[in-house]
Amino acid sequence: MDVLRNKARDLLAQGQVQVVIGYEAGTSGARRPSFARSEADAARLMWDADCVGNLAGYLTRPEIKKMGKAAIVANAATLRALLQLTAEHQLAEGAVLALVVTEEGAVLELSNAQAVTEQVATLPSSLSAADREKLERLMALSREERRAFWEQELQRCVKCYACRSSCPMCYCGSCTMDCNRPQWVPVASHELGNLEYHTVRAMHLAGRCVQCGECGRACPVGIPIHLLTCYAEESVRRQFGQPAGTSATLNYALGNFRPDDQESFIR
Amino acid sequence: MTSTFKLSASALETLFAALSTGGWRILGPTETDGRVEVREVKNPSQVASQYLQSTLSAKEVAFPKVERLLSYKMTPGQVELQDHDPELQPTVLFGARPCEAAGFGVLDKVFNWDSRDKLFSARLRQLTVIGLSCTQADDACFCTSVGGGPGSTRGSDLLLTPLPKGGYLAEVLTAKGEALQALVPAVFEPAEGVDKEALLAKVEPVFDRAELTAKLPGLFASELWAEQSLRCLGCGACAFVCPTCACFDIQEEADTKQGQRLRLWDSCGLRQFTLHASGHNPRNVQAERWRQRVYHKFSYFPQRFGEAMCVGCGKCTRACPVDMNLKEHLTQASGA
Repeated sequence: MDVLRNKARDLLAQGQVQVVIGYEAGTSGARRPSFARSEADAARLMWDADCVGNLAGYLTRPEIKKMGKAAIVANAATLRALLQLTAEHQLAEGAVLALVVTEEGAVLELSNAQAVTEQVATLPSSLSAADREKLERLMALSREERRAFWEQELQRCVKCYACRSSCPMCYCGSCTMDCNRPQWVPVASHELGNLEYHTVRAMHLAGRCVQCGECGRACPVGIPIHLLTCYAEESVRRQFGQPAGTSATLNYALGNFRPDDQESFIR
Repeated sequence: MTSTFKLSASALETLFAALSTGGWRILGPTETDGRVEVREVKNPSQVASQYLQSTLSAKEVAFPKVERLLSYKMTPGQVELQDHDPELQPTVLFGARPCEAAGFGVLDKVFNWDSRDKLFSARLRQLTVIGLSCTQADDACFCTSVGGGPGSTRGSDLLLTPLPKGGYLAEVLTAKGEALQALVPAVFEPAEGVDKEALLAKVEPVFDRAELTAKLPGLFASELWAEQSLRCLGCGACAFVCPTCACFDIQEEADTKQGQRLRLWDSCGLRQFTLHASGHNPRNVQAERWRQRVYHKFSYFPQRFGEAMCVGCGKCTRACPVDMNLKEHLTQASGA
């Protein structure tokens, strides 16, 4: 941890970055996002196995962008999000310095997309074993049973949009959910409003979700909503051979038109 | 009008049975897959045994997340308007923590401070609250800093405090509480010499609410709010789990022939909350929205009603995806 704090302190002191986005100790031992802009701030930074949150979402926020160049303490999910955000032209190549704490406690500085790509290639899948098991259990159900499962879960949804707000790939300044001229999706958190919201979100993240599970962790009522977007990502990967968060260049499967597409409906 | 009794461990079964027979609906905290939710229960065994708090607050009993206000049908030359009168059943909310029970009084001030809100008042009228004192607390709790406490009677009609060897100390607090007692008078046994305070969780006060309220107008332009809200994601989780957040949105769901008007939970943390039709947003950044949340609860509301719009339950802190700890932030503001 001291290596990370010293690295952050040096980067700030030398003016190489103006903010180091990382983790600090929160309530009851939780880890929470931290924005170190001074040497004193750097002393608060933490790194351990509990630093599971994906911090990449902050990189596209105006308040953070205004601070100047950022370094980000990156776990596997954050690295994948960095690549996906670069591929989607939300981050300029080399705009962010990724700091990776190795198992030996050293700090790697990944300053460009190629370095991040190579690092990500050495990492196992983001989806935890527990989530993999949940997903497989869901897939083993019949269509009707699966529908019943989601209806039961989604009735808990209060439309607080914590899932959308916590998702690094939900960076749209103006979301279709918020559009009221016309109102595409009902605002109410009733059955139809919830089903439409979560279906639209899963479809929009199909092939783009970096499987960090942030939306599921963020949900205050405990809906495992990340399983929907994770499944949609894997579906696109299977059918189009495009894994999200592994490359900084991408011809996004669902955002691409080719006259020689194999499907006739799109031609 | 407080009268104090003892209930044995099995008394609740007798009470629940009598309520069911009498046509009451009983709501209580239940636990499934680690999620504590307020749901309809028939007997005490369905109630979660060990829980700090439910995730959502009990406010939805009186202020549901979606409520129809009215509906209409249109035919050529005619509009048929239908007021919404929900079918209400006498309801007992069992096991509300003292903070949550106090929340109803705060909501009542908002919904009924000038005109009376028909639907909210109707739901509240048929509601009897059986509070359950806290014997444990966590780092998010700060009830004692906002005028409450782990054994506070405010908002409860009947307050139960668990006794170490099973059973409860029972305080009958209102006419509604007396009506419950009258259903099963035999289970209310005399209680003497019980030190209630000794049974309760210890929640140390961390700031002086009145001092904070006095201080806030001078802190309006402080950098504190921008600093505190840097990590805030701008979602509505804090407001939606809050027992006192009362802001709502009115939405029309309609086609050319019929429609309905709905009242929905809303939150000042959301960007759209103050977005004008022109595109201008008077609270354009999250720092301003966070400040509004703090000021509404601890400055504007106390100025009007003499108490905070917060019961210190800590639900917002527990629900926040990025640990926006309200107790910590208020303590910081108090010392600023």
